[in-house]
Amino acid sequence: MPLLEIKNLKMEFTANGRSLRAVDDVSLTIEPGETLCLVGESGCGKSVTALSIARLVPSPPAQYVGGEILLNGKDVLKMSKTELRGIRGGTVSYVFQDPGASLNPVFRIGNQIKESLKLHRPEKATDEEVIRLLKLVGIPAPESRIKDYPHQMSGGMQQRVMIAMALASEPKLLVADEPTTALDVTIQAQILELLIELKKRLGMSILLITHNLGIVGDLADRVAVMYSGQVVEMAPSHDLLRRPLHPYTKALMNSVPRLKGGLERLSAIPGNVPTMGNYPAGCRFAPRCPSARPDCTTNAQKLVEVEPNRWVRCQYHAVL
Amino acid sequence: MVVVYFVAIFAGFFAPYRYDRDDRSRFFHCPMSLRFANGGLAVQVYEGSSDFSHYKEVPGKTVPLHFFVQGQSYKLLGCIPLTTHFFGTGDDSAPAYLLGADEMGRDVLSRLLYGSQLSLSIGLVGIILRFGFGMIAGGFAGYLGGWTDTIIMRSCELIMSIPALYLIMALRSTFPPGMSSTKVYLLIVVILSLVGWAGSARVIRGISLSLRERQYVLAARTLGLSPWRIVVRHVLPGSFSYLIVAATLSIPNFILGEVVLSFLGVGVQEPSASWGIMLKAAQNPVSLAEYPWLLAPGVAIFITVLAFNFLGDGLRDALDVKT
Repeated sequence: MPLLEIKNLKMEFTANGRSLRAVDDVSLTIEPGETLCLVGESGCGKSVTALSIARLVPSPPAQYVGGEILLNGKDVLKMSKTELRGIRGGTVSYVFQDPGASLNPVFRIGNQIKESLKLHRPEKATDEEVIRLLKLVGIPAPESRIKDYPHQMSGGMQQRVMIAMALASEPKLLVADEPTTALDVTIQAQILELLIELKKRLGMSILLITHNLGIVGDLADRVAVMYSGQVVEMAPSHDLLRRPLHPYTKALMNSVPRLKGGLERLSAIPGNVPTMGNYPAGCRFAPRCPSARPDCTTNAQKLVEVEPNRWVRCQYHAVL
Repeated sequence: MVVVYFVAIFAGFFAPYRYDRDDRSRFFHCPMSLRFANGGLAVQVYEGSSDFSHYKEVPGKTVPLHFFVQGQSYKLLGCIPLTTHFFGTGDDSAPAYLLGADEMGRDVLSRLLYGSQLSLSIGLVGIILRFGFGMIAGGFAGYLGGWTDTIIMRSCELIMSIPALYLIMALRSTFPPGMSSTKVYLLIVVILSLVGWAGSARVIRGISLSLRERQYVLAARTLGLSPWRIVVRHVLPGSFSYLIVAATLSIPNFILGEVVLSFLGVGVQEPSASWGIMLKAAQNPVSLAEYPWLLAPGVAIFITVLAFNFLGDGLRDALDVKT
């Protein structure tokens, strides 16, 4: 049984009597011990999908209009508030983009980690356990660091503390929402290495949200590409990077700068991402698609398994 | 201000006499001047006229002033029985009234010091209650939003629309007449803070509204913390810099509130000492012209309120980076 199974999730934001669909028919699975990368442009619904796993999107305005989120076989959308609190930080832990903003500036980091421990493993809420966790995420001299305030640490250290907090409850699934975007490149590499190592040691699953395709190759077992609230392609990362099937994935990969090659202009995808609620009728990528055909703008597309383990939302993927 | 509170806490020690000790032979005695005599501090001795209204210095006659003298018994901090006073003459028939005596022949300085206990503590208890209510109501209204917010904020507006002074006077008239001074005092603080919390709740709601969008609040939610813990541990601490300043600046309001109530005769009752009740004696312009030392509590109030305002301003400059 997969650890997490999202089936046809549909979620809308309602405001002033209008409802805007942010997530439309998203299906994902994550097996125990697997790393899934969720890739896509800003505003395509990645973060909202990830936050939905523990029902963290405040509702209202969010409304789930269809689908299920099965975590260990139980539907998160039908859970009570108490059950949800058990899941948050228990089975599922989160690490966010900006560690400086995610740590409360007025508490010592040791206390913040302990707070997570108290909630989920009260018998382990000790300084020793906090030190063990800090060691686990590679913070030097943790004994003296637990008394530090967040502003006394660098961004990379803060992110390590956030990861330690997330690991405090021994989660089955770690959701990392662009964990390295706010950090500089060398620190990025260190944090990613840390994630890889932790995954090996603790055997948890990771859902990694990113728009950096370089990270995908390093970390992911499988990749799901999102566009306009839909998953347009899902495949093992190896296959996807080598042979993308959906025109959007191809365009995305073409816009990544390469080490080899000349100094020609980077290819960008023409046009803009459709705003929420103003999706085109047929395939949502059709207006920007370099190889769109006339009927693309009228035929809505379905996510189809075209090869074993490879899902694509494009009727012409085979001929392109 | 540290001095003011220190003296207030140990009023029993610093005051030469008890607040209710009356001296039938020295009504409205004028302030006695300090002299140097026989190599030490001494108090001038005065001679009273038969109608107790005018006192004349007796030339050359002084009573030496001693420090740490034995006098009337009192309880330090309400529990340690002591008889040692900071200063005094040690002779009950020749007392030292440095700020004069009032219409009952009570030492104004002693009453001022005892009165400070009540007048100053009313501010502290008051802000704790007021901001306690305000923090919880405002914090939750802002964090939870929706219906909770509407209900709490509308009731705040309701409370703010009630004229506080009339409410207190109306409620005061319902107290049983034989009520002890301490109880009256506590009830007045409670009433003052019950009508006052709405304003602070509004501001804290605003702060809480902005803080709940912070990422560390989201991070706290991802850990599975209950709304209560999130508000208390992660949202409210962010409002402390505002709270400290606002609280300091509102202590004078409580002190003045007590003064106003006692002045109007609806506050603490005689013979207890409070600054308001002492000022009440100075209400009459005739007696004020004759016995100007009865205004001493007014000076004390002025200094204390000023001190709090300076402290509040200083704290704001130190804590608030925005202004």
